[in-house]
Amino acid sequence: MEQPVGAHWHRVRLNTRMISAQSFGDSGKMKEYHYTGPVEQRFSPYAFNGGTVLAVAGEDFAIVASDTRLSEGYSIHSRDSPKCYKLTDTTVIGCSGFHGDCLTLTKIIDARLKMYKHSNNKMMTSGAIAAMLSTILYGRRFFPYYVYNIIGGLDEEGKGAVYSFDPVGSYQRDTYKAGGSASAMLQPLLDNQIGFKNMEGVQHVPLSKDKAVQLVKDVFISAAERDVYTGDALRICVITKEGIDEQTMPLRKD
Amino acid sequence: MALQDLCNFQDVFLDSVTTECSSVHFGKKTGCDFMQGSPFSNSSSLFNFYIPVAECLDESPIQYGQISNTQSSSTLLSHDSVLPSFSLPMNPPPASPEPVPLPFPISHGTTTLAFLFQGGVLAAADTRSSCAGQVACPASLKIRPVHSHMVSTTSGTSADCALWVRILSRELRLYQLRHGRRLSISGAAKLLSHMLHPFKGTKLCVAAILCGWDGGEGDGRHDNGGTKTDLGGCTETTKKIAKSLDTSLQKTQSSSPTLGGQQHLTREKIRFSGPSLFYVCSDGTRLQGALFSVGSGSPYAYSILDQDVKWELTLDEATSIARQAVYRATHWDAYSGNHVDIFHISSKGWTRRSREDLKEEYYREKERRERGMRRDVT
Repeated sequence: MEQPVGAHWHRVRLNTRMISAQSFGDSGKMKEYHYTGPVEQRFSPYAFNGGTVLAVAGEDFAIVASDTRLSEGYSIHSRDSPKCYKLTDTTVIGCSGFHGDCLTLTKIIDARLKMYKHSNNKMMTSGAIAAMLSTILYGRRFFPYYVYNIIGGLDEEGKGAVYSFDPVGSYQRDTYKAGGSASAMLQPLLDNQIGFKNMEGVQHVPLSKDKAVQLVKDVFISAAERDVYTGDALRICVITKEGIDEQTMPLRKD
Repeated sequence: MALQDLCNFQDVFLDSVTTECSSVHFGKKTGCDFMQGSPFSNSSSLFNFYIPVAECLDESPIQYGQISNTQSSSTLLSHDSVLPSFSLPMNPPPASPEPVPLPFPISHGTTTLAFLFQGGVLAAADTRSSCAGQVACPASLKIRPVHSHMVSTTSGTSADCALWVRILSRELRLYQLRHGRRLSISGAAKLLSHMLHPFKGTKLCVAAILCGWDGGEGDGRHDNGGTKTDLGGCTETTKKIAKSLDTSLQKTQSSSPTLGGQQHLTREKIRFSGPSLFYVCSDGTRLQGALFSVGSGSPYAYSILDQDVKWELTLDEATSIARQAVYRATHWDAYSGNHVDIFHISSKGWTRRSREDLKEEYYREKERRERGMRRDVT
């Protein structure tokens, strides 16, 4: 019995971090700096794939922007996986969170859009899409889609509209919203620059399209600096009554 | 689906009695149906009421008029105002495995309040939605109108509250279309409470205060004219209704609960008309009251309200008290803040006061304090 114990000790010294049932069983005592006992590893149906989405509404335009990095844990799966999906000529949705749910959700939305088009002979408006998405998300209240959605588009009057969602369907119309992994960094910046919050004696100028696009680019460059899940490239969709214009800009790749 | 729709499935009871109304289908108004207010005008109808109520507590929520996923694609394409593929999540079976652990937190935390006074009902709430220590939305709408004479203040999970209030509005609208009058606040509270009951024990969290005015202008009621309301207080209107009711009808009402083929008033109890307040919670609570405050900031709000709320307040006084209560609560509670929304419900319906930023109020108060101190010093 001596030999195995000696061998076991050797093993333990090398792998002090590892959970070893033998180290527990042999001596009967728990090692002090050791995590002991079995750990139940539950299968999680979710994964976090990172990414940041941002939408801004202007007087007659809307912008939806996202980075294009798809990551999981410490790896990057893809550097070219944009998170903006075009729904209609006047609406774009940005989905970040769990990529599997993003794909399925956009498929479901597309199908519902087609159904609506065929039965009502018109395209769904941005507000209607938002209300529909809220009920689709809530339909899975007890096993939610792990997706942070932001819809950007033009409303019936041609004004810019942004609708932001939580994963279970609560939504709200906003002027600007950031969602995804870097949202906590971007939202305060947008509050300050677009909402003029917490600034004294500043004239509230309405945002022009070019200024908004430049602001979005600057904001994403900052996000890529500090958030590991954001980077690689930036895809911007600018929605105006002429249509949807897409631009791509490179970001940090590290 | 209103409870009556469930009743209609109980064909076994309807078969045994033949009245002209028993063959009426829902949605179709014949003259007699309209007057009756209900297709059940037979002696066993009371029996009918009990069973559906008990049933609805056990049945899957799918039965509540929600269209299940399998039907949606074929039947409801034409009707996009109904929520086609929105089916309420199935009742989790009792022996189910643990619910899926969520990788993200859901929003909670608020201050909402509502109280009755001589001018109707006043409802106030803050506008902060928080989520795991961050402010998910600084300008959320916590008081949602349900219909022209009712609003609901919501607290708990934002998504649950938003969707359930929407479902409630839909059910109340259907009730109104079927019966020609609005459902009372008490009835609406009961409906909401019964709809939420199947989800008791799950993570669903809704704590709503239903504030409204029963009766009021625009309620297409065809009963006696005694429900004209004035702001003189509830008791007066109830007296008016009682006076104009037939004595024979009253006797029928008090003596036996059976509904014979009588005038429409038999079914309706002495109809209350006036402001009304109900608290409904997803754990099953349903309470009527004159003053409620719900949410993480409610203890702070209660202290302000208990001091000052009286029946005789004017609208301005009531507004200022409600505002002050929310302001104090937002000051002390981390999960409440940003703006305050105030809604007033009277017999004419609800009106909304424009949203006020409480940051300004904080600075105004600071200035008042400083001025006060300076005066003391000099």
